[in-house]
Amino acid sequence: MTAGSAAPEGRPPGTPPAAAPGELPRRTPPALDARGLGKRYGRRWALADCTLTIPAGHVVGLVGPNGAGKTTLLNLATGMLEPTTGTVEVLGGAPASGADQLAKVGYVAQDTPVYAGLTVAEHLRLGAELNPGWDDELARGRIERLGLDQKLKAAKLSGGQRAQLALTLAIAKRPELLILDEPIARLDPLARREFLQLLMEATAEQELTVLMSSHLIADLERTCDYLIVLVAGRVVLAGQVDDLLASHHLLTGPRRDPATLPADQQVITASHVGRQSSLLVRTDKPVHDPAWTVANVDIEDLVLAYLSRAASA
Amino acid sequence: MIEFHLDTRSGVAPYLQLIHQVRQALRLGLLREGDRLPTVKEVAGGLAINPNTVLKAYRELEYEGLAAAKPGVGTFVTKTLTDDSIAAHAPLREELDEWLSRARAAGLDDESIEAIFRSTFRPQPQEDAV
Repeated sequence: MTAGSAAPEGRPPGTPPAAAPGELPRRTPPALDARGLGKRYGRRWALADCTLTIPAGHVVGLVGPNGAGKTTLLNLATGMLEPTTGTVEVLGGAPASGADQLAKVGYVAQDTPVYAGLTVAEHLRLGAELNPGWDDELARGRIERLGLDQKLKAAKLSGGQRAQLALTLAIAKRPELLILDEPIARLDPLARREFLQLLMEATAEQELTVLMSSHLIADLERTCDYLIVLVAGRVVLAGQVDDLLASHHLLTGPRRDPATLPADQQVITASHVGRQSSLLVRTDKPVHDPAWTVANVDIEDLVLAYLSRAASA
Repeated sequence: MIEFHLDTRSGVAPYLQLIHQVRQALRLGLLREGDRLPTVKEVAGGLAINPNTVLKAYRELEYEGLAAAKPGVGTFVTKTLTDDSIAAHAPLREELDEWLSRARAAGLDDESIEAIFRSTFRPQPQEDAV
């Protein structure tokens, strides 16, 4: 384990020390603050030069193809992995740096693991024993509403019920940040919806920041207000969903060389067929050129555009 | 009380859909002054959507003067829209009906009618064209 965050080579120049005296009092520290964060396995960089600040209070979707580094980033944030380069702070502290820090972060690993040999009741007891901030009333209330038989062993639960149990344990710990690694990938549509309902209800109730990896974009569309797209170990897009949607437009019109566009329009993807061009551009200004038919994009368009751009780069 | 639903294929931002549904319910008289809107938790949990989306919609409704939040109690409807409702605009609707019949008589199908409507309806930054 790391001895705090004082690793001298770990903090790149320019990173402010925590709570510098004399400065404006910091508001809530960011949920996650990564500077030049990287993780290498042998010769392969699972995550490279990741600089990213996620403000608290959002439901953050972490998207990317398999092997993009999503789990690596989440495991660095929970402190289960040590970075090869750079630093990461979670809620203003080094990941897993002490009991306080551990209590602030809830984590549900890939495929929502539970203890197969323990009953639902034993899971709740374990949660109560291990977590100082445990909210037993909340945990029991949720289990009751889910209709889970407390005497049942976890091995006997359905996939959806196991996921709900794992989520309940993580929520009842009353964390400030809840990290979920592909929590719904293997659930059927109904179980998936029920899981997200429980998650969104908890988010409304507890002022929770949620960081959730997934490749089910449709589900992220409803639940996330902050989006991070990770490709081949690098962050290619990050920001509030509303801002991202407002600043990206799909332009279709007569064939045109993207190089002739106004300087404020950054072309993300371009395709040309016959006499027509279709461009996905990023710009903070309105598009006035009457030659273009301007359409809005949704999260799926956006994610796919950035994935395909990264793939062809 | 109103029960929200969400059309994820519509391309309309979820918070706008919530606002539209409240306005629509007000116009149709399904919601009246004094009615309580569902809590943020109820909507977020029910639709599995981000609570910030619901907050944003409610804030917008407050800004429009259609709803007001009473801290600790909930968000309440403060205005009824039924007066300037569809009924009050019957003449406009009749004109549109007439126009639609003329368009169909001219041989336009639904898609073409929609295209005409959309291209005419578009707000006009067209002036600086060409």
